[in-house]
Amino acid sequence: MHGFANPARFLRIARWLMPLLLISGVVLAAGSLAWGLFFAPAEGLQGETVRILYVHVPSAWLGMGGWTAIAVASLVELVWRHPLAGIGARAIAVPGAVFTALCLVTGSLWGRPAWGTWWVWDGRLTSMLVLLFLYFGYAALAQAASGEGQGNSRVPAVFGLVGAVNIPIIHYSVLWWNSLHQPPSISVGKSAMALDFLVPLLIATLGFSLIFGGVVLARMRAILADIQAEARLRRKAGGLA
Amino acid sequence: MTTQTAGIKAKHQRLVLVVIALVALIGAALLAIWGLRSQASYFYVPSDIVAARPDPDRGVRLGGMVEKGSLKTEPDGVTIAFVVHDGKARVPVRFKGIVPSLFVEGSGVVAEGKLAANGTFIADNLLAKHDEKYVPREMKEMTEAQAKQVVAETQ
Repeated sequence: MHGFANPARFLRIARWLMPLLLISGVVLAAGSLAWGLFFAPAEGLQGETVRILYVHVPSAWLGMGGWTAIAVASLVELVWRHPLAGIGARAIAVPGAVFTALCLVTGSLWGRPAWGTWWVWDGRLTSMLVLLFLYFGYAALAQAASGEGQGNSRVPAVFGLVGAVNIPIIHYSVLWWNSLHQPPSISVGKSAMALDFLVPLLIATLGFSLIFGGVVLARMRAILADIQAEARLRRKAGGLA
Repeated sequence: MTTQTAGIKAKHQRLVLVVIALVALIGAALLAIWGLRSQASYFYVPSDIVAARPDPDRGVRLGGMVEKGSLKTEPDGVTIAFVVHDGKARVPVRFKGIVPSLFVEGSGVVAEGKLAANGTFIADNLLAKHDEKYVPREMKEMTEAQAKQVVAETQ
């Protein structure tokens, strides 16, 4: 693992991996969205509104997956002091927040025709909103810590680990508590969703995930470039003094 | 050599500390969830309502399935009556107003309102609850046997 600790090596890989992820992600996402919006069937009870699914579910997956990745990176940062872990976690915060917000917005737009309400304070919706606020908190902490040198990256790392408690709560909220949101349709190995919906949904999820990965790599490159530029400026200032 | 062993030791120590902190954190979260188990529910099911009747002037939510064949429109044309059940208990519900389009017999519903003294739930708002199944519209209108045939043909 420490082979990738070397930022120069990471940058060499990221340089070709990032456009690869972005391009393949955009192709898959666009194709599956066109499939879902124009060719997939309408749902028996919900009709055409079911098509929000193809944006809503990948967004929810990335919102939750993003924080899971922040938690893993935080653990690596705290225990192994891996130099890229904190940078990776910082890079995930904003795209993670964007997809969580997208999940909440599309869910609200879907809730009006399906349930008859824009918003309810049930377990699932509330815990997802909490995730969005956790992302805001993380982004603010990481921003503050980045200005103060290496030692303080531990504060956002601790926050990233603590916040991970919310992820299983989001997942199990619909099973533990009565809620307006329905239980999960897809679990490992089985699906209560007809293949006509499931196949474009899985491709859309893959496509959005590849885009997410590409954006995270781009942000990591930008953060590394920032750190390098700052170090160079500092050296120059030191040389002058 | 010594610095390397010290490094591994420090890493080990940090790992143990983080694991202990995580165990404590998960324990705290489980306690909180356990404490919330009834308060965090969005609605009562009919058996809850039958077991412990809420005060007639306390607003509550009742959730369950709309019993098949129980939905009736009253002569005024805007008041509906139906029965909500959860397999164990049944509660009659009355509602005046516009229902969400997904509100149908045999599907889920969450009614907001009060339980009248005579045991009827007077709802002032209805929310439709969709289940986790997604079925194409064409298949929904077929009978089970027809649907199976179509699936067999297309496979």
